[in-house]
Amino acid sequence: MASREEIISTVKEFLSEEFEVEKSTIEPEANLQETLDLDSLDYVDLVVVIEENFGFKVTGEDFVDIVTFNDFYGLVEKKLAEK
Amino acid sequence: MENRVVITGIGIYSCLGENLSDVKDSLYKGKSGIILDTPRKDAGFRSALTGMVKDPDLKPFLNRRQRMGMHQPAMYAYMSTREAVENAGLDIDQLSQSETGVIFGNDSTAGSISETVDKLREKNDTTLLGSGAIFQNMNCTVNMNISTIFKLKGINFTVSAACASGSHSIGLAHLLIKQGLQERVICGGAQEINGTAMGSFDGLSVFSAKEGTPTKASRPFDRDRDGLIPGGGAASLVLESYDSAVKRGAPILAEVLGYGFSSNGEHLSNPDIDGQHRSLNMALKQANVKASDIDYVSAHATSTPVGDAIEAQAIYDILGGKVGVSSTKSMTGHECWMAGASEVVYSMLMMENDFIAPNINFENPDEISAKINIIAETKEQKIDTFLSNSFGFGGTNSSLIIKKYK
Repeated sequence: MASREEIISTVKEFLSEEFEVEKSTIEPEANLQETLDLDSLDYVDLVVVIEENFGFKVTGEDFVDIVTFNDFYGLVEKKLAEK
Repeated sequence: MENRVVITGIGIYSCLGENLSDVKDSLYKGKSGIILDTPRKDAGFRSALTGMVKDPDLKPFLNRRQRMGMHQPAMYAYMSTREAVENAGLDIDQLSQSETGVIFGNDSTAGSISETVDKLREKNDTTLLGSGAIFQNMNCTVNMNISTIFKLKGINFTVSAACASGSHSIGLAHLLIKQGLQERVICGGAQEINGTAMGSFDGLSVFSAKEGTPTKASRPFDRDRDGLIPGGGAASLVLESYDSAVKRGAPILAEVLGYGFSSNGEHLSNPDIDGQHRSLNMALKQANVKASDIDYVSAHATSTPVGDAIEAQAIYDILGGKVGVSSTKSMTGHECWMAGASEVVYSMLMMENDFIAPNINFENPDEISAKINIIAETKEQKIDTFLSNSFGFGGTNSSLIIKKYK
């Protein structure tokens, strides 16, 4: 089971690479959708990179309560624990 | 009243070079872009010969979202369109605020479809195919991408007409502007280079088997030709009404005088001389020029035994034996969906620089090709008016006549 720090490091790496944003903009309380400039198509690619990096698939329902990156890290922790 | 239709910009991304300047040099020197792509042998190809272009790095020009829906056809077409638009003295602001459309020739997206199907079988989950796959896989991929990137507000569709796709795209753009329905149209052709796209074509045993001598293998009209070689990339042209070009002070390169077309209505793959005659005659009639007004013929000739013979006879029948003829496919291979557009761009470069590019590897004529004037070595010559032929599977024929602007 990866630690929170390891999850944050991995997420920063692949999100900055995939969505071409500076790692420094990925702050715990920053808004995920606004920071990554996500539209409806980009959410599909977010699902793809999560699966590639963590091996589990998220759905639209999983994202309902995700606002900040901290929320997102929590989702990753929960899904990894369920694996 | 009908509009005069002029060409104000051209762009090219091909195995002869990735821009107009490099391609002009290759054409002048008679430099071949054909290589042996050995992975194709492992994939079961009878012939691994191909023209080759690399996938361009679009990161410096386009953001992630703009690149997501692009595979080879759209990537190549972006590069050639970028050059054509710049060449025409246009920018995205001007394009978005004018009646500018796009009609592009493309007839396959096999590489991206193959990757998508492989991934679906591996993942068993459609979401994991990603957002870009559908936009890469549709045959109108070039139009979708070019129209959104360049913010075009006019006509927007793809021409699928086999190896005449690029030529028909120019012809249709010409007709729309001529009739006053569009002020400006970006047109052209794109051809993916990957082996997946060409496997089924190779399966017909129509590719040259001269694998030991790649640059000598494509030999249109030569007695010892044994088949075509695929190629690829993209070519773009900016066509607009003469009035529009003059009004904005655009550089006018040439005028599209005539577009002839026909369908053979016969065999799926065999050429038909009657269809070619009708296409050539219609182009001459539409252009209102005589056969003797044509200074150069950019032949469709792909280096197949039957195809080249039929075209040589058709050229002789309609245009006579004096006009200079060459097939740039001797250097590029058959650029298929792109060929009708790229060969107009190649001819434009010749016209602009006063030379006829050589039909390399034409060493010995056969009985029919001996009747026409095939230019085997680079020839310094002024070209005032040229004709470009394109003939495709399914018997679709297109002939364009273009005149230098003075």
